[in-house]
Order: sequence, then structure tokens, then C-alpha cells
Amino acid sequence: MELTTLDQQDTRIVTVMETRIDAAVAIQFKDRMRDLVTGAPGRVVLDLSHVKFIDSSGLGAVVASMKQAGSPARFELAGLTRNVAKVFALTRMDRVFTIHPSVAAIWSDVADAG
Amino acid sequence: MQAEALNFVGHASDRGMTGNLSGNAGLRLVFPAGEKQVRRALSTAAGAFAGMGLSDDAKGLAEIVLAEVLNNVVEHAYAAQRPGLIEIDAWLEGAYLWMKIQDDGVPMPDGVVPKRRDQDVTGAVETLPEGGFGWSIIHELSHDLTYERDGLRNTVTFSLDLEELEATP
Repeated sequence: MELTTLDQQDTRIVTVMETRIDAAVAIQFKDRMRDLVTGAPGRVVLDLSHVKFIDSSGLGAVVASMKQAGSPARFELAGLTRNVAKVFALTRMDRVFTIHPSVAAIWSDVADAG
Repeated sequence: MQAEALNFVGHASDRGMTGNLSGNAGLRLVFPAGEKQVRRALSTAAGAFAGMGLSDDAKGLAEIVLAEVLNNVVEHAYAAQRPGLIEIDAWLEGAYLWMKIQDDGVPMPDGVVPKRRDQDVTGAVETLPEGGFGWSIIHELSHDLTYERDGLRNTVTFSLDLEELEATP
């Protein structure tokens, strides 16, 4: 499970460099995320733009990571592909997370909010 | 390790054969229960669904439903007795994709498919569910969901309405 991180100002962008977050990697993903969330400067944005498939175990691990961060304001998502977005919608988790269209949109979204 | 050594039995499928219910190629896969093997089976199944003419959207949703049923077999039916075998059959009937998943693991609790649990996503962060999404997804997308226990064998059967999958946002 390859995850890359980039800290910019108060934001840590964690990019999942895998095409699947499924039962085979969910526990590993959750463990890695725990470390990355704990050491983050402020909010964490999970970049899912390479992920084409997520199952319920993967979704549970993403929710667990957000809980670790403490609040939806400190753990956001970016770059959901079509299939992944559908799984979030089916389980109503799209109502829980702030979801940015892409990592690039994180900064413009902040500007818009201001 | 033994499970890894077993070959996948099955293929995506006998395209030249006639006599299938729909006239379209079906899918039959037999493989040892395990997370890695499930991943591989899903990849094969997704290829077969594309071969049956499913769009990318319908294929993606068919794959997630199948994934949840297979994960359940690995995590519960075979929790204490790996490696067992899992069999998948999938075939088209008109605008419906039917699937049958069989295993020889322990039966479902109370002999029935777990009910849909509508998750509360409105509460405090610490009360958010981290599990239980699987059966919600299965119930949400499937029709004619049945479970049978015959001797030592579990059989889950369901259909997917392909037009409905296309329209799922």
C-alpha cells in the first residue's frame, strides 16, 4: 500500500498510489493512515484520484481515519473517481465528508469559502 | 500457502458455446477463499461483465455488489476454516445480470441474509459506522436476493437490473 504525503501550509495531502482500497489492504491502509493523521500539521486531505475501486472495508478504513483526525473539518477527501463516488453516495458517506473535485481545487475552494 | 498454489479454475467464458440461457457468454469461476483471490476473481468477473456488454457504470456497480458478497464469505463463512472454495456463476437474462455465489463454510446467522441496516450518518463523529456498509450496498443495488443452505453448502443468488444500475447516481 503506497501512500505519498505532501505538507503545504496547514494541510497534509495524502495521495493513495493504488487503484484499489479493498479487504486485502484495508487494515494496512488504516494503520498507515493512523500515523499520517497523527503527525499532520492541521487538516488532512485524502487524494483518491488514483483509486478506481473501494469496498465496504476500504470505506470503513476511510471513516476510521477521519475519526482519528477528530472531525470532518480536519479530514477531507479529493478526487473521487466515478465508481468511488457512487459507493460514497450509496452509503450516504458523501454527506459526512467534505469532498473536493481534485487536489488542485482544495486551494480554490478555500478561497471561495473566504 | 496451499491456497496460493491452487490454480484458478474457470474462465471468462466459453464464448463460442451455444445453449446459454441468454445466448450471451456467462461466467463461472471456482477459487480458494482469500482476500487476494477475491481481488483476482473480481478482476476476471469485471472483464466478463464488459464482455457481456455492460457499460463501465453498470460494471462498476456489479463488481462492488459481488465484492461485498465475496468478502462476506471470506470473513464469515470461512472465517475459521480456510482455505475453502468459492464458486461464482453469472449470466444475463434479458436486462438482468444474475449471480450465484456458493461456498461450503458456516451458515449465515439464523439462516437468513443479514437485513439492511440504515446507517445513522447524522450523529457525532465518534458514532459514525466503520462497518456494516456491505449488506447495505448489496440490498440497495440487488433484486431477488435469496439465501439457501443445502447440506454443507451456502448459496446466495440475486439479480441486478442493468437499466437501474445505469441510472444510479
